Amino acid sequence: MSATTLQLLLDELGYDEKTVGTALNQEFVRARDRAETRLREGDAVEIVTPRQGG
Amino acid sequence: MNDPVRLYDGALSSRLLLGTARYPSPAILAEAIRASGCEIVTVSLRREAGGARAGEAFWSLIRDVGARVLPNTAGCRTAKEAIATAQMAREVFATDWIKLEVIGEEDTLQPDVFGLVEAARALADEGFKVFPYTTDDLVVAEKLLDAGCRVLMPWAAPIGSGRGVNDAFALRALRAHFPDTPLVVDAGLGAPSHAALVMEMGYDAVLLNTAVSRAGDPVLMARAFALAIEAGRAGFRAQPMTPRDMAEPSTPLIGRPFDRLA
Repeated sequence: MSATTLQLLLDELGYDEKTVGTALNQEFVRARDRAETRLREGDAVEIVTPRQGG
Repeated sequence: MNDPVRLYDGALSSRLLLGTARYPSPAILAEAIRASGCEIVTVSLRREAGGARAGEAFWSLIRDVGARVLPNTAGCRTAKEAIATAQMAREVFATDWIKLEVIGEEDTLQPDVFGLVEAARALADEGFKVFPYTTDDLVVAEKLLDAGCRVLMPWAAPIGSGRGVNDAFALRALRAHFPDTPLVVDAGLGAPSHAALVMEMGYDAVLLNTAVSRAGDPVLMARAFALAIEAGRAGFRAQPMTPRDMAEPSTPLIGRPFDRLA
C-alpha cells in the first residue's frame, strides 16, 4: 500500500466510505478525520463493515 | 395486549431481541425476523475479506426488514477494543445503542466483568446507551448500573450452548434485587420453554440467536419463541399460584354423590 492517509487507503481499496468504520492502532478514527489521519510504517489499520451478529 | 417494554428510548411491543448470525441464508434470516415480530436485531462489525462486499449486502437486507439495530462488540477481549468497536458502530449504524461484550474466557465466553464495567463507564460517559452482556453476579450488576447502564443483560448459560437456565436461583435473585431495571436474558437459551421460564420469573425480554438460527426450521422456531415469550410474560403478570406439597381437590367436595350424609 502506498497511501499516505487513511482516506487515501480507503480509496485505494475501493471501499464505500459511508458503510465502513475505521480505527488506527486501536483508536477510533471518525469518518471526517480520515483525510487528515496520516499513516506511518507499522500502523495497524482496522476497516470494518456491517455484518451478522448475535 | 398493550404491555410495552422500555429499553432506553425504545418502547417495544415485542419482548424478543433477535441475533442475525448463523442462519442458513439471508432470505431465511429475513423471514425469521418477520416471523418473530421482533423490533430489535443485533449486528456486528467485521473486517471485509478479500474485496468482498458482504457488508453492504447485509446492511441493505437489515434496512429493508425495518428493525432497529443493536450493534455488538462481540469478540472484543479488552475494554479498549470494545470502546473502539462501539465508537465505530455508532458511526456506521447511526445509533448510540451498543450491546457491550468484553469476553474474558475462551471456553465459556464468560464476560470479563472488570473490563466490562470499565468499558461501560467510558461509553456511558460518551453518551452511549449501553446494553452490557454480563453474568448473573449481583455486585457486577450494581457496578454496571453505577457506571451508567440502564439495562442489564445477564446470561442464562454460555453463548450458543442452548442449555437453558444454568442457575435459576441466581437469575431470580437478580430479578428480585433490581425490580425497576429492565433485565434482558441474553445467551444460552435453546428451547422456547427456556424463554417462557425466564419471562415467568419476571425478566423483561429475551435476546436469542443460535436457538433460532441453528434450529431445523429457523422461521418456525422464531415464531415459537415469540409465542413462548408472550405466554411467559402473561403468566408473570397473571401472578402464578403458590405451589403446595400436597394435593388439594379442585372440584368442590360439598354435594359429592354417594357421600355419606352426616
